[in-house]
Amino acid sequence: MSSKSLRFLIFSGSRSKLLLRPASPRCGVLRCPGGEFVAGGWSLRLCCRLHHTASTTDGSKTKVPQSPTWEPVSESQLPPVTRVSPDLVDRLERLALVDFRNQEGVARLEKAIRFADQLHVVDTEGVEPMDSVLEDRQLYLQQDCVREGNCAEQLLRTSRRTVEEYFVAPPGNIPLPERDERSSLLKNSEL
Amino acid sequence: MLGLTLREVSLALREGKVSPTELCQRCLHFIRKTKFLNAYVTVTEEIALKQAEQAEKRFLKGETLGPLDGIPIAVKDNFSTASIQTTCASQMLKGYIPPFNATVVQKLLDQGAVLMGKTNLDEFAMGSGSTDTIFGPVRNPWGYSRQYQERCAQNPEDTKDSSDWLITGGSSGGSAASVASLTCFASLGSDTGGSTRNPAAYCGVVGLKPTYGLLSRHGLIPLVNSMDVPGILTRSVHDAATVLGVLGGHDPKDSTTVPEPFKPFSLPDEIDVRNVCVGIPREYHAPGLSKEILAHWTKAAELFEKAGARVVEVSLPHTQHSIVCYHVLCTAEVASNMARFDGLEYGHRSTIDSSTEVMYASTRHEGFNDVVRGRILSGNYFLLKQNYDRYFVKAQKVRRLIANDFMKVFSSGVDVLLTPTTLSDAARYSEFIKEDNRTRSAQEDIFTQCANMAGLPAVTLPIALSERNLPISLQFIGQGFREKNLLTVAKWYEQQVKFPLIEFQDVADHVSEFPKTTKSASAF
Repeated sequence: MSSKSLRFLIFSGSRSKLLLRPASPRCGVLRCPGGEFVAGGWSLRLCCRLHHTASTTDGSKTKVPQSPTWEPVSESQLPPVTRVSPDLVDRLERLALVDFRNQEGVARLEKAIRFADQLHVVDTEGVEPMDSVLEDRQLYLQQDCVREGNCAEQLLRTSRRTVEEYFVAPPGNIPLPERDERSSLLKNSEL
Repeated sequence: MLGLTLREVSLALREGKVSPTELCQRCLHFIRKTKFLNAYVTVTEEIALKQAEQAEKRFLKGETLGPLDGIPIAVKDNFSTASIQTTCASQMLKGYIPPFNATVVQKLLDQGAVLMGKTNLDEFAMGSGSTDTIFGPVRNPWGYSRQYQERCAQNPEDTKDSSDWLITGGSSGGSAASVASLTCFASLGSDTGGSTRNPAAYCGVVGLKPTYGLLSRHGLIPLVNSMDVPGILTRSVHDAATVLGVLGGHDPKDSTTVPEPFKPFSLPDEIDVRNVCVGIPREYHAPGLSKEILAHWTKAAELFEKAGARVVEVSLPHTQHSIVCYHVLCTAEVASNMARFDGLEYGHRSTIDSSTEVMYASTRHEGFNDVVRGRILSGNYFLLKQNYDRYFVKAQKVRRLIANDFMKVFSSGVDVLLTPTTLSDAARYSEFIKEDNRTRSAQEDIFTQCANMAGLPAVTLPIALSERNLPISLQFIGQGFREKNLLTVAKWYEQQVKFPLIEFQDVADHVSEFPKTTKSASAF
């Protein structure tokens, strides 16, 4: 292995992005195309340099790879960048009943989407999705008989508002207010 | 006394060298002295003393319940504990008192363990630093160890701000810190993407993630149903096996536990690794891996070879995609699991209640921090009809590829895999918070989440001190439901490296109260 000194970018912080491709088995270490990437984050201060010594203390060859084996990928292999529109913000806030709070929150979602975009470079032709690692086993079902219960009082105690044996909910069937009204309702919300 | 392993202190109790009450009191006293670590959310002093008293009666009668009788333990604050506040370090559940015990907690209590308290964590176990919690971040006890302090004194230029403490890692940072700071002998964490093994590595303790389906998740407030497992943190591999023996087994209340009967096992003290095949996955040399950890990883492989084990280089080709896949699946399941928090039946409830929708929205706005909300929103994005196939189903397919990678390697004759646990040793808090939670999680979980994706058991153990005199750890990943093999190999390696005990007890005397940081790490 020739000795080169390369710096690898790791993850999308505020600068460039982590772009990876499946390394084919047995491939050697590949060069970063087009020079260095900018590294972000403290762990990259200890960032790697390629070692050209691949031997152990007694001179025999070590099984531990002495240089990083990941391969960066260019932006062109990824789908186009997704921008989260105000309509999408509204839709997600309604579905999740959770608000973004400010523009920074939206920017973070865009970064999260970009990070997830790297999935698309993996070839999954003919692969079935996996729901659970225990898919080969039968799900255990309990016998349909009552073994414990009669603890309504205990359970009601955990709620903030109850009336007799009922949990109290505000009136339903009223749609969530529009965005502007929502942000004045929710403290510190700027969107 | 406090520095002993669980095995040693259990023997001391049985030999009458110390009584359960005395041991409990010493641990409680030390918890008070180490309050600056912020490892505990709730210290259950009265309950602990009562349990210790009952244990003492059993010891006097000679009717002990088992190896955990009278032993102080701590439990991460996302396990339900009856009549004891369970907060998940979130406003959403602050003051929530569950009416039942999680199955694994009940099993510990049934064995006579003495509950010291509930430990601090990242909010809803989302994070890798134990910094995003409403109770303030957890500090790594190693930052106050004599070993680290002496190193700082020798190199003042490396420690720009001596009051800048080290993170524990996360999300089970409080559990790891409680064991590492000698305030208890074992603790429960949870492991979804490495949340037990990451802080175990930074705090220099053993962190075991059992096979998915071996331990019951009933009572563990869920994060990712298909990956969560309760994790075990102890000071030695033998202790981890002891605790596993108590906790393993089918639970009718958790249908994802396998019905096969679980037999507790003990690990031999004399171990021969000549018939063991250790695999070194080449893809685990990720960019950013520190030189030190690489050197120790290399040395470990050498050591196994010299002892007669077969060490082979193997390939898990989809490793580098694992973290992206994990990100998508995790946020999608989180979006679903967090939907239960609406303020109606438990937890925080907003006073704004013009309609159910508004009440839900403002409850969740007030109750969740940025990290949690960010993951919920990302998850909802990936689950939108237009994105479902391209992201969620795609991630599920990649998950199968990752699980298949492991299957192929193990069926080729490999017994355990040897890998790093983290990219480097523990970071300073001021450095750690320079990036947001999601970025950090992607960096910290890089070696650990693959085992969660495939549901395999993994254990991390501290093996040496770094140049900064901080713990460095390596990870062993085993085949599903073969914890005995995995832990036997790990124990052998533990015996070779003889990791030093933290020199901490007298340091605690000299630490003055640090000003509490009110700001937690940024964002999601």
